[in-house]
Amino acid sequence: MSIELGHFALILAFAIATVSAVGGFAFWRSGQRIALVLSQGAVLQFILIAVAFAALIQAFVTSDFSLLLAANNSHSLKPLIFKISGVWGNHEGSMVLWIFILVAFGAMVATFGRKLPHDLLALVLATQSLLTSAFAGFTIFTSNPFARLIPAPIEGNDLNPVLQDIGLAIHPPLLYAGYVGFSICFSFAIAALVSGRIDQAWARWVRPWTMLSWTFLTLGIAMGSYWAYYELGWGGWWFWDPVENASFMPWLAGTALLHSALVMEKRNALKIWTVFLSIITFSLSLLGTFLVRSGILTSVHTFASDPTRGLVILTLLALVIGGAFALFAFRAASLRQGGLFAPVSREGALILNNLFLATAVGAVLVGTLYPLLLDALAGTTISVGAPFFNLTFGTLMAPLLLVLPFGPLLAWKRADIVSAAQRLIGAAALAIFVTILISALSGIAVSLAPLGLLLGFWVAFGAIAELVDRSKLGRIPLAESGRRLIGLPRSAWSTAIAHFGIGITVLGIVATSAWETERVTTLNPGESTELSGYTIAFDRFDTVEGPNYLSDEGHFTVTAPDGGTRQMLADRRTYVASGMPTTEAAIETYGFSQLYLQLGEPLDNTHVVRVWHKPYITLIWLGAILMACAGFLSLTDRKLRVGAPRRAAKSAAQAAE
Amino acid sequence: MIWLRALLLAFCLATPVMALSPDEVLPDPVLEQRARDISAGLRCLVCQNQSIDDSDADLARDLRVLVRERLVAGDSDEAVRQYLVDRYGEYVLLNPRVNSHTILLWIAAPVLLLAGLGTLFVVGRRRRVVETELSAEEQGALDELE
Repeated sequence: MSIELGHFALILAFAIATVSAVGGFAFWRSGQRIALVLSQGAVLQFILIAVAFAALIQAFVTSDFSLLLAANNSHSLKPLIFKISGVWGNHEGSMVLWIFILVAFGAMVATFGRKLPHDLLALVLATQSLLTSAFAGFTIFTSNPFARLIPAPIEGNDLNPVLQDIGLAIHPPLLYAGYVGFSICFSFAIAALVSGRIDQAWARWVRPWTMLSWTFLTLGIAMGSYWAYYELGWGGWWFWDPVENASFMPWLAGTALLHSALVMEKRNALKIWTVFLSIITFSLSLLGTFLVRSGILTSVHTFASDPTRGLVILTLLALVIGGAFALFAFRAASLRQGGLFAPVSREGALILNNLFLATAVGAVLVGTLYPLLLDALAGTTISVGAPFFNLTFGTLMAPLLLVLPFGPLLAWKRADIVSAAQRLIGAAALAIFVTILISALSGIAVSLAPLGLLLGFWVAFGAIAELVDRSKLGRIPLAESGRRLIGLPRSAWSTAIAHFGIGITVLGIVATSAWETERVTTLNPGESTELSGYTIAFDRFDTVEGPNYLSDEGHFTVTAPDGGTRQMLADRRTYVASGMPTTEAAIETYGFSQLYLQLGEPLDNTHVVRVWHKPYITLIWLGAILMACAGFLSLTDRKLRVGAPRRAAKSAAQAAE
Repeated sequence: MIWLRALLLAFCLATPVMALSPDEVLPDPVLEQRARDISAGLRCLVCQNQSIDDSDADLARDLRVLVRERLVAGDSDEAVRQYLVDRYGEYVLLNPRVNSHTILLWIAAPVLLLAGLGTLFVVGRRRRVVETELSAEEQGALDELE
């Protein structure tokens, strides 16, 4: 019964979204009344999709296998958390999650956006409804999650064991919140193009949504990377897989958008480019969610997807993205340009940032789609893998990182590069000194590692340099500096923390690539092996029974170089329902470094054991977490708070005239 | 990503054989390191974008063993790669070679960067900087935002 209720709610939401979209675009000029109706429509869509989503969760939690989706993807013995996360561990269910987040964002705009101009609000909500209508329609007609199975089986087929992990509970919702959040920027861009009106108030509205989505996406990608790291069993953390590239491109574009929206908000410049980036970012988010499912990226291989479904997805993508760009082409000229500035200025630095990030997006996009196009057009199959992306992407990022510390130190409109450089001398000297010291101590031969380290330290110290400079640290009494530091606007802090985080991530990547060590060996209980000063003793081997799997467990005692001992438990599981094996690596964190231990298959009556020492690898994700913290910090800034002060918005609008 | 990867990787994961095993490792550490480096650049043909060095699939194991056999037989790194390309096509190389098919791929990033720079230059020249000091009005708006 509740399943039909959910199905009905989904269909009703689709109907309301369709009517809202049509009505909104037809009557957006009618002022307050249409804005009010669309706001109520947005909240209604949210409630209805929430009902549909809850119905699915209930069926999974109660193991109602008369629901085809639950029968295919759940199992009664599964722990509760995996029953819930299993709802979106498949195509149909993840569509419902995607739409749920979409309507949640729509409802947020409707709730917090009461102070927006009525025509802008109406157009934004109409665009959101159009998206909801399109993707709810797609779900209902090609990927119905509410299909029944009669007679109902006694037991379900279980979820893919790799997905039975806390990662599935956290990663997709975060990632989708990031992807879908950009729909708000997209809707604002469409509204600006349709109405032909765009000012600093518009940018002030778009920036918090960009910041929020970007923060979620940062966390989502970092979480996904860490999940892959510990789950796939050999310690890789980034693969340049098409699926990963698809999530990385909106992040790069979103980062560019954050910076260009800043220029637009503060200086009323880069309007057309900001609108363009808003469309690009959400289009890439759509590609990220759907291109992978259309089956075209993987058609050569094993993943058989429903061809009709793929065709519908591609048509839908073409309509949404193509329609948005067509609108852009027709209407962009109507947006008035403003805000002149010299090449050397904060604006100039942010444009340079955008240039490199946009090029990186283009490079990753070409690398991801090229094999596909070549196959289709020339019938030649090639692979574009990690070595290509490391080279291209690395080459593009190096100059960006090199100039990054200058940006926040430059003044708006026209800046003095020499004075900025003077304020960075300390950071540069410190970065060079630390890099030489580390290179000498670790004795790395000719390689790119010292250059990478130098870049990482430069970015990290450069980010701090801005805070040091603004607090006049060392030039005035310490207490006074401290007061200044605390008194700095949150935007200054969040900029510094985010840039510092990038430096930290770069350092983690460089350190772990340069100094990772590995041992692959066979061990019997009682024997031990050694790696990078750690002694790993294999204590015993057990077979135990988990809730829905059988587990071969290896117990190890690790003695660190300082003499301390820790226990590690690595296991291999065989899931009862599917018979599929997984390996659960044991990971011990020492400072910022990790020891990664995996129990392999038996070989000639002994056990294959693989051990990796990964120096400073956690910095990769800590840097990302710092970036996300900076994003949240920036959102708490008074002037960015959603539904922000009218006074400032009004004077900004006046300045724009 | 991984939850989609997992769906795509199902084929690879279904085989219990794991990545590089001790019995594959060559006794000569120099030769073994060369084998590892080559393996990292070769695609596991039945997997999603994994190198044979990382992959758990049976085929990847066979290819790892093959790479080592060729090295022991005295082939150069390039000869080993060519040996595999002759049998499996360019598809096996994760880093595509520069040739008429891939030239567009390789020049895409530099061309995009130059195009962007060129656009900036043209736009910058067209829109001469007339006023360089902040007007009182602009400064006021800026103060409001700070």
